[in-house]
Amino acid sequence: MPVDLARPIGQSPGIMAEPTQQPLSLQDMILRLHSFWSEQGCLILQPYDMRMGAGTFHPATTLRALGPEPWNAAFVQPCRRPTDGRYGENPNRLQHYYQYQVILKPSPENLQELYLQSLGVIGIDPLVHDIRFVEDDWESPTLGAWGLGWEVWCDGMEVTQFTYFQQMGGFDCKPVAGELTYGLERLAMYIQGVDNVYDLAFNSHGVTYGEVFLENEKQMSKWNFEVADTDSLFEGFRRAEAECVRSLEAGVPIAAYEQAIEASHLFNLLQARGVISVQERASYMGRVRDLARGSCEAHMEKNADQWAAKYPEWSN
Amino acid sequence: MTDFLLELRSEEIPARMQAGARADLEKLFRKALDAAGLKAGEVTVWSTPRRLALIARDLPLATEAVSEETKGPKTSAPEQALEGFLRKTGLTKDQLTERDGVWFAVTEKPGRATKDVLAEAIPAIIRAFPWPKSQRWGAASLSTESLRWVRPLSGIVAILGEDLVECEIGGVTSGYATRGHRFHHDGEITIGGASDYAEKLRACHVIVDHVERETLVREKAKAAAEAAGLVLVEDEGLVIENAGLTEWPVPLLGRFDEAFLDVPPEVIQLTARVNQKYFVCNYPPQNGEGDHAQHGGGGSPVTQRPTDSPLHHPAGGPPPRAGEDGRLANAFVCTANIEAKDGGVAIVDGNRKVLAARLSDARFFWEQDKKKPLSVHAEKLGRITFHEKLGTVADKVERVAKLARWLVEEGIVGATGSPAKAGASGSSAQPHEVPAFAGTQAELADQAELAARLCKADLVTEMVGEFPELQGLMGGYYARAEGLPDAVADAIRDHYKPVGQGDDVPTAPVTVAVALADKLDTLVGFFAIKQGPTGSRDPFALRRAALGFIRVVLENSLRFELLDVIGRSILRFIDERAYRGMTESDFIAAKDWLDEFQKDVDVTLPAFFADRLKVQQREAGVRHDLIDAVFALGGEDDLVRLLARVHALQAFVTTEDGTNLLAGYKRAANILKKEGFTASDLIPTDGEEDPMVMVDDPAFEGIADQMFSAAGAPAYQAEPAEQALVDALNAAEPQADSAIAAEDFTSAMAALASLRGPIDAFFDGVTVNDADANKRASRLALLDRFRAAVHKVADFSRIEG
Repeated sequence: MPVDLARPIGQSPGIMAEPTQQPLSLQDMILRLHSFWSEQGCLILQPYDMRMGAGTFHPATTLRALGPEPWNAAFVQPCRRPTDGRYGENPNRLQHYYQYQVILKPSPENLQELYLQSLGVIGIDPLVHDIRFVEDDWESPTLGAWGLGWEVWCDGMEVTQFTYFQQMGGFDCKPVAGELTYGLERLAMYIQGVDNVYDLAFNSHGVTYGEVFLENEKQMSKWNFEVADTDSLFEGFRRAEAECVRSLEAGVPIAAYEQAIEASHLFNLLQARGVISVQERASYMGRVRDLARGSCEAHMEKNADQWAAKYPEWSN
Repeated sequence: MTDFLLELRSEEIPARMQAGARADLEKLFRKALDAAGLKAGEVTVWSTPRRLALIARDLPLATEAVSEETKGPKTSAPEQALEGFLRKTGLTKDQLTERDGVWFAVTEKPGRATKDVLAEAIPAIIRAFPWPKSQRWGAASLSTESLRWVRPLSGIVAILGEDLVECEIGGVTSGYATRGHRFHHDGEITIGGASDYAEKLRACHVIVDHVERETLVREKAKAAAEAAGLVLVEDEGLVIENAGLTEWPVPLLGRFDEAFLDVPPEVIQLTARVNQKYFVCNYPPQNGEGDHAQHGGGGSPVTQRPTDSPLHHPAGGPPPRAGEDGRLANAFVCTANIEAKDGGVAIVDGNRKVLAARLSDARFFWEQDKKKPLSVHAEKLGRITFHEKLGTVADKVERVAKLARWLVEEGIVGATGSPAKAGASGSSAQPHEVPAFAGTQAELADQAELAARLCKADLVTEMVGEFPELQGLMGGYYARAEGLPDAVADAIRDHYKPVGQGDDVPTAPVTVAVALADKLDTLVGFFAIKQGPTGSRDPFALRRAALGFIRVVLENSLRFELLDVIGRSILRFIDERAYRGMTESDFIAAKDWLDEFQKDVDVTLPAFFADRLKVQQREAGVRHDLIDAVFALGGEDDLVRLLARVHALQAFVTTEDGTNLLAGYKRAANILKKEGFTASDLIPTDGEEDPMVMVDDPAFEGIADQMFSAAGAPAYQAEPAEQALVDALNAAEPQADSAIAAEDFTSAMAALASLRGPIDAFFDGVTVNDADANKRASRLALLDRFRAAVHKVADFSRIEG
């Protein structure tokens, strides 16, 4: 058996094979991903201009996963997770971070190969680093969505969530979309060999992630946990809920869905402020789910006839 | 005869599903062969993350031709019947044969090429495959009817001998081509057949045989630890999982910062195993294997199994710390799926960083949690609902604390070891005189109450929030860290025990008191709200709780009447209601309800315990009918004594005396039953009531006479065998009574055994059903007395055989 014996290993520098080559900065990494996925025929979209907990909430993922029309897009989405804030003191946890999101519908046969190629373009050599697809099924009760897939490990670190969507908003995905969600800061830390997110090179001209975001993390952690006015958050939640319902009645499901995004984020903020009890929690989540599902349902209804006309094999 | 190869290639199959998938593939394949009348020699199934493979040896090239005969109508039958038969068989009349006046149709089924059978079977197997979870994918998923597989199916290799078995499903067509290792081999590999499959894959860095990969992981991981002067903590679950995650496993050893060893070793191992699938390592023991038995916390007399794994060390004291041999080392072994260009330097370094981040989190939790004493953590338990009808966890803790104290104050759990054991072997029963608790009974009571108050506090700590499986264990660590007595810390750590069958049973008195009180409170509570287990449903794990309770009682020989203790536990629920400031009428209503449930619980819970005892003792070889026989006596709810009776009984009924006495008993019982004699039920024998009350009933005249006569001597001239039985009973009864009072059940059985000769002689020499009503009644009464004497030890009617 030509397998190498395991051996103890010491420290090593960053992962770039050539010591002379400078590791990719965060923004160069994004640019390379953009250019790679653009070459694969993806639309390169810009971030959605609303606060949300994950790239999956972006209408380019959620709403576009419904219906028969092909859809290929890639974009960076800033994500807000108020409860993950650590006042800039934790080297790995942030209340605001970036996801790189790719959605390909229908899922192409070579999706895994494309994904691995994309790791190649940002400098990860799969014969130096151990890339693994480890079972991790995805479910979002809030979106009424689930899929099967993996978390992709690079030397034991989860760098991407890889999912074949099976349902969205309670509807079967016909056809199935493949979704890739790269954790950008994690990947960049890995590629640059830094242990603290604030030490990341944002560009290759000496600007660090800390210079861009440390103060933001400090202030926003304080606001999320201590300052945010809970009365107006509660009020905002109720308003978003009401507006969602009104929009649904008015037949504008995209607008309704925006309100579901808004309500979801306000709920997360209320959680961070610690004003939602365990018992209430389930009820609030149920309310957000109703908004999201209602929007998906309305979006389906609004488009079903036109989709069915264009894709006879497709049926709602 | 030839061999068949099938490979179903897909995107990564979850490791945990591979064993089931192998079994299912073999089952479905064999079923398909059977249906076609084909027989294969050996069938081998392999799996990797990216393929399921099956090799069937010695398949015939075709199925055998079969000739099938179908019986038709009689030749004398009407024309329509024959026409119907011809339509059905598709034959003409001249193709039928006639035998004994009946038409027969013979259809010849020619043999089919095995290749064709397989070409049909493969898509059918794929379609019928019972994955625990499956998905659709790709353009075909426009329809929900599209093919489902565990992950997208990407290729089929199906070769019979050297011939391709052509088939197609979901757009995937069979062929000779497969793929090698995802990163070590580019492009396709052409497979010749079953004979070269495994070796061709091996050349492309795929070890297709999962058993070989498992061996490789096991041995190379061990070797990696040894090379570093360490001992791998073996973990077969991890071996299988890592073999299921790799096609070319390469175990690599790495180090993490020694400073993390401040965190309890169980936490490190759990983080490494659950989150990262790493093995951990120990420093080697200094004096060869096993000499480094770890010491229990102070006050715990438990004899501990030496072990090299802190996690496999459930009842022990604190885990090994610096300075001791065999302690956890700052090393891990991860299993890579490649032979890295740099020999694995980058892989190990990456994994080290990930583990370090995880351990930082764990250390953060550990340090945060320790900042507050358990009593402060416990304050949050009032916010956690235990069950909507049974209050919060804080309420439960309050009940358990009082019950634990009571168990000690009543002497049920003692500081000086267990009280006298119910003897299965007579007067030799000896109390354990092991000083199990270094303190007075009053101190024991205080510590039991304290431990009970703190035993659930770790549920609200950060660490247990992250790793629920560490409940109890973390509480023990935190208790020790804040300087609580070892006996209290041990009790907090071990009060959930015994959890599984092989788990240790607590013996330290403080732990025993808390463990019993906690389990009993759970059982009484859920039985009170009628949430006992039904069928296979046991959502509150009450069977496990009862089993744990029984094991703690038996293994510590704790002596008490079950109903007393249940009653005391019920009282806790009543008190609790009283605290809640109810109005008087509410209280009366609640009291009625509680009286009602007490009645209910008093019946249902002991019966449940008896059932659990049967299950538990079955493994120890104790017959369930004998438990029934003792339990049916009623009033025996001291589990230790009950079991001592059962043990003596089991020893007795297998002897010749026992078998014959049982036969005599059954004969007596049958006669009594046939004669409708139920006197022993009607006439009190305990002397507290007036036996004369029935004297006026003519049916009982003879009995009354007998009861009047001294020592059961009949009022007529008894026959010798009759008198001999009376004498034997006169002698045996007091002997049995005193032996039972001394809990010497073996002697009680011996006393009863003396009745075996007289009862046999009685049946041989005496006619029960005498024409003289007086004699008849008297003899029936004598048989009843015999039956009652036997019932002193057990209800023999419940004994089988």
